[in-house]
Amino acid sequence: MPSALINVPKRAKRGEIIEIKTLMSHIMETGYRHLASGEVVPRDIITSFTCRYNGAEIFRADLFPAIAANPFITFFTTATESGKFEFEWIGDSGFSETASASISVE
Amino acid sequence: MRRPESSTRRRFLGLAGSAAVIGAAPVVTLRPAAATPATLATAIRNVVGGAVVRTGKVKLDIPPLVENGNTVPMTVSVSSPMTPDDYVKSIHVFNEKNPQPNIGNFYLDTQAGRAQVSTRIRLADSQKIVAIAHLADGSFWSASVDVVVTLAACTEEVI
Amino acid sequence: MKSVRTIIAALLLIAVASPLSASEIPQAERRTGFSFMAPETQTMQNDDTANPGMLWVLDGEALWQSKAGTAGKACADCHGEVGGSMKGVAARYPAFDKELGRPVDLEQRINLCRARHQQATPLAYESRDLLALTAFVARQSRGTAIESGGDPQLKPFIARGRDLFMQRQGQLNLGCTHCHDDNWDKRLAGSAITQGHPTGYPLYRLEWQSLGSLQRRLRSCISGIRAQTYDYGAPELVELELYLMSRARGMPVETPAVRP
Repeated sequence: MPSALINVPKRAKRGEIIEIKTLMSHIMETGYRHLASGEVVPRDIITSFTCRYNGAEIFRADLFPAIAANPFITFFTTATESGKFEFEWIGDSGFSETASASISVE
Repeated sequence: MRRPESSTRRRFLGLAGSAAVIGAAPVVTLRPAAATPATLATAIRNVVGGAVVRTGKVKLDIPPLVENGNTVPMTVSVSSPMTPDDYVKSIHVFNEKNPQPNIGNFYLDTQAGRAQVSTRIRLADSQKIVAIAHLADGSFWSASVDVVVTLAACTEEVI
Repeated sequence: MKSVRTIIAALLLIAVASPLSASEIPQAERRTGFSFMAPETQTMQNDDTANPGMLWVLDGEALWQSKAGTAGKACADCHGEVGGSMKGVAARYPAFDKELGRPVDLEQRINLCRARHQQATPLAYESRDLLALTAFVARQSRGTAIESGGDPQLKPFIARGRDLFMQRQGQLNLGCTHCHDDNWDKRLAGSAITQGHPTGYPLYRLEWQSLGSLQRRLRSCISGIRAQTYDYGAPELVELELYLMSRARGMPVETPAVRP
């Protein structure tokens, strides 16, 4: 059961710049490791991360095998209105996870 | 001539007297790095095209001596007023000696407020990391850092 | 003649190599592994929003509430709210189990609870579920001073654990004490040698890119000095855990810690 750890301030002033921190559980298997038998362990990574703020995309990332396991991504945005942040992680083997967090903006 | 890495490793494990290997668990094998300065240059060219990349505006924060190459904290920040006319559209991070030159691409919008992204990356060897920012006016700016990576002291075998 | 005897005595002294009793770290000099880490890694541990170990703690929180086994009971059904019932527990583990007549560590205690009270199958060592539950329980002791080993019934097991810590073993003919008592704060292949206090287990090890138990760390330490490791759950590993935790008495629990 992949867990996501999201950190968004619960409250902010209109126009305030806030930091959003995200942590998603994922092995990020590089595709460069071998079993003792010599077979390659196939790549299995998150390839894309998106954040939407009240429906509009505010941040997106392309991830490669060089991103460490349990990807930690932080970024900033301006608090404009109360509402919801929606996060989506998409990856190999049909990996798809979402999470959300609310914010109240005065 | 390709070294038979798996048989060398099996012999080594036997000599080491480690507990019996339970086949399923993956073994980390060192592969010759496939990225080279040339691959790095190509990867950068795929992003910037023929444009000139200037040094400046970008700050790349990575510890110069890395605690463990598997998980290296990294912060890229770009000094920019972040107004609707003058903002950072995207940040692209590359490396020199991992099997692959790309690390991540990050796309911001006009409301980002601050052009700063943090994540954790993997580094296979001591090498140069390059971060390139693409500004709204079409210009490209970069910074690079040389990082020293040492392996963990007591090398872990399959356990 | 006196001088010959003196020479022989001196030679014997040198030949003895490191005497076993010499080297325990004085109380005032004890340092957690945290203090040997780079500031970036320390920040990773201290920030609950950035600490990857918290992902397992979150999973553990869900498992605490889920019913298991033929008895259909969740941990919460007997233990109630975790913060109340589990505070301080990890700080006094490994603990003596009367039925088995020997110490068990926290992972084993969770599996014993599953078998005895939930009628559920034990969780495999290093499985995500067992790590999650252990991390969730141990986190409740964060900040609490370690007090393991106080129970007089544990004395012979602590002594055995100490012997295991001191004995030379493996191809390199090293005992744990030779690095962790005698040479801490020096460097081995670029990494700091710590004093080996298990203050933050289960912890997120950057090398593993995963949360892992103290037994996993001990097994990799032992294979690292090219000695034969013990199987998961072996009494030797529990005795070592017990000795190490009692050696760390007074230091605060840091679970889930982050280490390189």
